[in-house]
Amino acid sequence: MSMYPIVEARFLAPDVKWLAIEAPRIARKHQAGQFVIVRAHEHGERIPLTIAHASAKNGTVAIIVQGVGKTTKLINTLEAGDSLVDIVGPLGKPTEIENYGVVAVIGGGVGAAIAYPSAVALRQAGNAVLSIVGARTKQLVILENEMRAATSELFVMTDDGSYGEQGFVTHKLQQLIDERRIDRVLAIGPTTMMQAVAELTRPHGIPTIVSLNPIMVDGTGMCGGCRVLVGGENRFACVDGPEFDAHAVDFRSLIQRNRVYRQREQAALDKFHETHTCRLFTTPGSQ
Amino acid sequence: MREALPPKERTKIPRQEMPERDACERAHDFGEVNLGFNAALAEHESQRCLTCVDPKCTRGCPVGVKVREVVELVLAGEYLKAGAKLREDNVLPAVTGRVCPQETQCEGACVLGKRFAPVAIGHIERFVADYERAAGAAGLPERAPATGKKVAIVGSGPAGLSCAGDLILRGHEVTVFEALHELGGVLVYGIPEFRLPKEIVRNEIDNMRRMGVNFETNVVIGKTITIDELLTEEGCQAVFVATGAGLPKFLNLPGEHLGGVYSANEFLTRVNLMRAYDAEHYDSPIYDCRNRSVAVIGGGNTAMDAVRSAVRLGAAQAMIVYRRGEQELPARQEEVHHAKSEGVQFLTLHNPLEFLGDDRGMLTGMRLQKMELGEPDESGRRRPAPIVGSEFVLPIDVAVVAVGSAANPLVQSTTPDLATNPWGYIVADPYSFRTSKQGVFAGGDIVSGAATVILAMGSGRKAAASIHEYLTTNAW
Ligand SMILES: Cc1cc2nc3c(=O)[nH]c(=O)nc-3n(C[C@H](O)[C@H](O)[C@H](O)COP(=O)(O)OP(=O)(O)OC[C@H]3O[C@@H](n4cnc5c(N)ncnc54)[C@H](O)[C@@H]3O)c2cc1C
Ligand SMILES: Cc1cc2nc3c(=O)[nH]c(=O)nc-3n(C[C@H](O)[C@H](O)[C@H](O)COP(=O)(O)OP(=O)(O)OC[C@H]3O[C@@H](n4cnc5c(N)ncnc54)[C@H](O)[C@@H]3O)c2cc1C
Ligand code: SF4
Ligand code: SF4
Ligand code: FES
Repeated sequence: MSMYPIVEARFLAPDVKWLAIEAPRIARKHQAGQFVIVRAHEHGERIPLTIAHASAKNGTVAIIVQGVGKTTKLINTLEAGDSLVDIVGPLGKPTEIENYGVVAVIGGGVGAAIAYPSAVALRQAGNAVLSIVGARTKQLVILENEMRAATSELFVMTDDGSYGEQGFVTHKLQQLIDERRIDRVLAIGPTTMMQAVAELTRPHGIPTIVSLNPIMVDGTGMCGGCRVLVGGENRFACVDGPEFDAHAVDFRSLIQRNRVYRQREQAALDKFHETHTCRLFTTPGSQ
Repeated sequence: MREALPPKERTKIPRQEMPERDACERAHDFGEVNLGFNAALAEHESQRCLTCVDPKCTRGCPVGVKVREVVELVLAGEYLKAGAKLREDNVLPAVTGRVCPQETQCEGACVLGKRFAPVAIGHIERFVADYERAAGAAGLPERAPATGKKVAIVGSGPAGLSCAGDLILRGHEVTVFEALHELGGVLVYGIPEFRLPKEIVRNEIDNMRRMGVNFETNVVIGKTITIDELLTEEGCQAVFVATGAGLPKFLNLPGEHLGGVYSANEFLTRVNLMRAYDAEHYDSPIYDCRNRSVAVIGGGNTAMDAVRSAVRLGAAQAMIVYRRGEQELPARQEEVHHAKSEGVQFLTLHNPLEFLGDDRGMLTGMRLQKMELGEPDESGRRRPAPIVGSEFVLPIDVAVVAVGSAANPLVQSTTPDLATNPWGYIVADPYSFRTSKQGVFAGGDIVSGAATVILAMGSGRKAAASIHEYLTTNAW
């Protein structure tokens, strides 16, 4: 049995954890926008997570995990010295990086972290990168310093106004589009946010790329579970994506498909809560 | 040795039936359906063989198993020797004895079949292999001295495993790379436990490990490592690509995106690889089949495996929807027979037109059209034609699309100098298994298109011989 040791683990925000994992082959090959599929334990499910950072030198890849259900919450209880049973990757097509001019990179929630490597690569390719990072509240804003260093201008938006400006990322994007020329938009976050961004840029004809998060199993194009309708055609997000032209994506069917397992997931989570207490909710602040 | 009966007496013995678990009992769990012959049944059945001078059965077998000699050894009670004889041509007899479409291969060619039922070769093969395993005596063959040559095998299905098994014997260093977290290819993620217990595949893999084969799971060739890197940085002198035909086909009908519509690959992967049937202990959910209506579209082995899995997951109704007639069902006869006795309904001559859903995006039904058989088409099968005005709606909660698979492009797309045919399969010479790229060989479903376990295995073995020759002569 293969084992992949976790060499670093720390909370970035409540329920959002950064984990660096020893996986030298994946680290060497990673390009911005790609993901891994992991299993936490021998009886675990396979879940996809974006590679937030890779160090070929240290042979590690980092993931940022938001605890939303059984598996992600379980992973977030792991510490340096623990291991994952499986990690495979880098999967998916890398973000297309060219010099487009002015690129707005939008990250909602943990999407901000996922967008980070792409923002860095776009900047390196000569783009002016405007980042809009959104979160529900101040505590949930992550990688702000890293993002600030990687981009030309950073705008932080919170739903409750506890930090940065109050409002959704789309408010800021609208404002920027009204004020200046934007050549391309990359949006990563909750599906509803990406859909809203797509609707906003569509009338302006601004090429917009989104990173989709359908339910995946194998990640190699074998199961078809990750199929999404793009331009009326069946595309497999794990091999043809995960990034697609936002204006061609059928968001409605994606949102519906992602809900299929909701009942089972809730049951699994309830059961998990019964058996795992306290450790789960400790964040760096509360320790 | 038993006194050989005169041929006339032999033909009087009826074909021995495979003992199987009661349909009512087995339809509720994933335990194996067939129980296997015991020694008495195996001997009895072997007595039926006419020990032909020119055994047609061997010619009907894609790898030329010496059936007659195996049968004679069984009659002599030399089961371990019979096992060794089988393994001369077939490295996975416990698997093929269970899953080969014998009726179109060895048994289809058996002369007894002309007037009587053919010898139950598959059942005898399984008996011998299981005996060997139970005795813990599958003697590990002798390995040739180390050659210092290194070979990478891409994919751990039957083609990859059998190629690895042969190359390790010839003294080469062999590493098998597998994309998934479990080894065995379709044998573990596709074919369900009730037909092929995973223990058997694991046992074969353990034997290979003991012989020195390295296995690396979680490596996607083309992504984690490319073919070119295998040949350079990883220090391999040859690569065998056996990635299978894993890309699921869809019907491209309206509503195929509804929740509750699966490809057979996803459905079976969740059930087998992710053990959805054991929800108590495993995390992977599957949209619940319990007390629901499940329709599987297709008529091959994959469709039968999916529909019988649905029965075991507690479906209230489990149906096969197939465009052609019952005669045309491509699945093994035994699977069709088992499915029927487990309560599966067969809607043959029915063609799906559309999936229907509710406002939450969940499947509620399927619009079907009845078909009738017309003139034979190019394949010689009678072409189904729609009956006008016969459309109706079948209420269902789960649909599984099992209409075949295509070539997975992961390796090909990252290896530009690897020639493919217009359907994306890798082009390889039928005798040498060489591809357009020096040092790279390919076999199994990724070359032939979706076929059978035994064909994949046969090509793996022939490729091994060709790879060995290349490594010895260095001539391409
Ligand atoms: C390409 C890709 C990259 C992703 N990157 C990240 C990331 O960097 N950080 C992060 O926190 N999350 C990421 N996700 C989402 C993450 O995979 C899900 O949150 C996770 O699978 C949920 O599992 P769970 O058991 O904790 O929750 P569950 O309770 O099982 O599910 C919660 C929700 O997650 C989704 N989900 C469930 N299972 C899967 C699955 N096998 N594949 C995809 N989605 C699923 C469903 O929409 C579900 O409603 C990514 C998803 C995709 C497809
Ligand atoms: C549900 C089902 C039932 C079947 N029933 C029967 C039956 O009863 N009898 C019969 O004879 N045949 C049956 N078949 C067909 C038979 O299983 C196949 O023909 C056979 O398995 C093909 O073997 P293979 O080695 O070519 O490929 P596979 O068994 O498909 O194995 C290929 C392996 O390669 C791996 N792989 C793919 N891409 C990569 C990559 N880039 N890097 C690393 N690894 C990779 C895959 O994950 C897989 O494990 C069935 C098939 C299915 C799907
Ligand atoms: S390998 Fe298959 S075809 Fe050949 S003899 Fe055995 S069961 Fe028959
Ligand atoms: S063809 Fe039939 S009868 Fe003849 S040797 Fe083979 S199994 Fe026996
Ligand atoms: S996750 Fe299975 S095909 Fe994409």
